[in-house]
Amino acid sequence: MAKVLVFIDNPGASLKKSSLELLTLARSLGESTVALNGDLSDGAAATFAEYGVGSIVRPSAQDLDDFLVAPKAAYLAAAAEATGANIVLLDNSPEGKEIAARLGIRLSAGVITDVVAVDPDGTAHKSVLAGSYNTACKATTPVSVLTLKANNVTPVPAPAATTPQATTVEVPAVGATARITAREQKVASGRPDLTDARIVVAGGRGMDGDFGPVEELADALGAAVGASRAATDAGWISHDAQVGQTGKTVSPQLYISAGISGAIQQKAGMQTSKVIVAVNKDAESPVFEIADFGIIGDVFDVLPQAAAEIKKRKG
Amino acid sequence: MEGCCKTVEETLKIVVLVKHVPDAQFDRHLNGEGNTADRDESILSELDEYALEAALQLAEARGGSKAGNQVIALSMGPAGAVNAVKKSLQMGATEGVHLTDDALAGSDAAATSLALAAAVRHLGDVDLVITGMASTDGETSLVPAQLAERLGLPQVTFASTLEVDGGRLTARRDADTSSETVEAPLPAVVSVTDQINEPRYPNFKGIIAAKRKSITTLSLADIGVDPAQVGFAGSWTTVTTAEQRPPRTAGTIITDEGDAGIKLVDFLAAQKLL
Ligand SMILES: Cc1cc2nc3c(=O)[nH]c(=O)nc-3n(C[C@H](O)[C@H](O)[C@H](O)COP(=O)(O)OP(=O)(O)OC[C@H]3O[C@@H](n4cnc5c(N)ncnc54)[C@H](O)[C@@H]3O)c2cc1C
Ligand SMILES: Nc1ncnc2c1ncn2[C@@H]1O[C@H](COP(=O)(O)O)[C@@H](O)[C@H]1O
Repeated sequence: MAKVLVFIDNPGASLKKSSLELLTLARSLGESTVALNGDLSDGAAATFAEYGVGSIVRPSAQDLDDFLVAPKAAYLAAAAEATGANIVLLDNSPEGKEIAARLGIRLSAGVITDVVAVDPDGTAHKSVLAGSYNTACKATTPVSVLTLKANNVTPVPAPAATTPQATTVEVPAVGATARITAREQKVASGRPDLTDARIVVAGGRGMDGDFGPVEELADALGAAVGASRAATDAGWISHDAQVGQTGKTVSPQLYISAGISGAIQQKAGMQTSKVIVAVNKDAESPVFEIADFGIIGDVFDVLPQAAAEIKKRKG
Repeated sequence: MEGCCKTVEETLKIVVLVKHVPDAQFDRHLNGEGNTADRDESILSELDEYALEAALQLAEARGGSKAGNQVIALSMGPAGAVNAVKKSLQMGATEGVHLTDDALAGSDAAATSLALAAAVRHLGDVDLVITGMASTDGETSLVPAQLAERLGLPQVTFASTLEVDGGRLTARRDADTSSETVEAPLPAVVSVTDQINEPRYPNFKGIIAAKRKSITTLSLADIGVDPAQVGFAGSWTTVTTAEQRPPRTAGTIITDEGDAGIKLVDFLAAQKLL
């Protein structure tokens, strides 16, 4: 049976859905230990028990958040060695991938990012080249480090709860490291998080400076708001909303693309969505080649009408 | 890497990592050996142009090459990768290095970072290594952090601004819930995003000047790397199968006749997406 170490970073009062996905996958692969950073709240402790976590390790240092990833990687390497882990699972955020990168070197372990599924023998599945290929990859090393993309595992609590005990792992000293000297909190939009939203409504240059109709439709559907780079570069919406090669990669159940032409860099971030709907007034737009349902029409007519109809049907 | 690198005085020696990648404007395939990408239509990775531009701006602010600042474009890859180096020289890099060896074929991020780390060491005291945010083919963003770990250097990834002063760098990073200001001592490895600048186009003068600039070709023997540590043999991951996803086929396309919004909602309802 594999020994799986799961990195959970600052869970706060309750775990994120993507963390529950990691715990569920870990349990399916073997015996799981959580390597925690940050406080162990009652809520988090209860969830670890509910998800069948065997044990918990915590770092000897409390200031890991002040640095860019090197100390977190050093901590995880020590935790993996202490627990004899042969698989380390992290989330697929930019930070998760960077920790995985450094951890891989420290453990001489193969790193596989953007994982969507893992077989019992450790083979990982992911898509590459902007979603045009599905591949199976495997680490050839005794330990493998995998980062799991959100929304690919259904969180399921364990059949029987556990009573995991926490132990402390000494964080080894690292050399010169980048330090975070200031953090500016961004205002929360109140909408679902783009990367793990079930539905995304995205707008492009065709929105011509007015994201109102995109936001209205998103809110009617309980969706996250996305955008093309043309829209974020123009400053119509925050860069955080950018979907694509240099923005976020999303694979929601439904992606509604509005006033976006469908350039390769945009497709790179959304073409693994389950269902794609496109609204564009140009019938020649490449986005129609990948749309399950395409409307040749004006976003300023179609979006408000759809939003009103949804509100009407939902009552 | 203790003692490898000096502290900055007035000038900077910057290595920019530039990768040559299959052009995304063409269909890309994994039909090379061991499910690697074929590289028939290859270009300098667009995202590495931002890294090069960032380096050029830092050098120019200090008087450029006349004042002794160096911007060295380093690419690892087969014969064609020299084109990424040439384009970098045309944009303004002061010299080029092409690391090439048959044994490198099939290197994963771990093996790539091992070879690039050895090449950077071979170049002597370096103040900064600047990379793109991701390669447009591999898209893993693993190489910068792995390179930093191997060189024992601080890493600042996804920088959307970059300033250097008195042996320290300051950068800004945009995370999902916050923006961060980050500081690190030099030498350091920095990866930059496509928000940091607007890369220049090579102009006629640059293209002519590039012809006189030198490109050093390095083999694994030159940088003291054992061929068994890189390539397919030295990689820590392997791609066992690669299947082309059936291309998405176009579905129903309608033209708005005044009720397309309603039809859209009907479609969503039929798909149980409401
Ligand atoms: C290195 C690099 C990285 C990049 N990364 C990304 C990325 O991550 N994400 C990304 O999206 N792009 C990215 N791009 C940019 C990408 O190449 C395209 O330029 C961009 O996606 C275009 O955005 P758009 O579709 O909104 O604009 P356009 O291509 O201008 O398309 C606008 C569309 O809106 C339609 N339209 C206009 N008015 C209306 C209306 N009233 N009603 C309906 N339709 C209308 C038009 O028919 C047109 O199809 C990147 C480019 C580079 C070079
Ligand atoms: N073969 C290579 N030669 C030069 N630079 C590379 C190579 N592979 C990766 N890089 C650099 O590392 C960055 C991130 O690449 P990756 O980790 O592959 O996504 C790229 O933007 C390049 O700057």
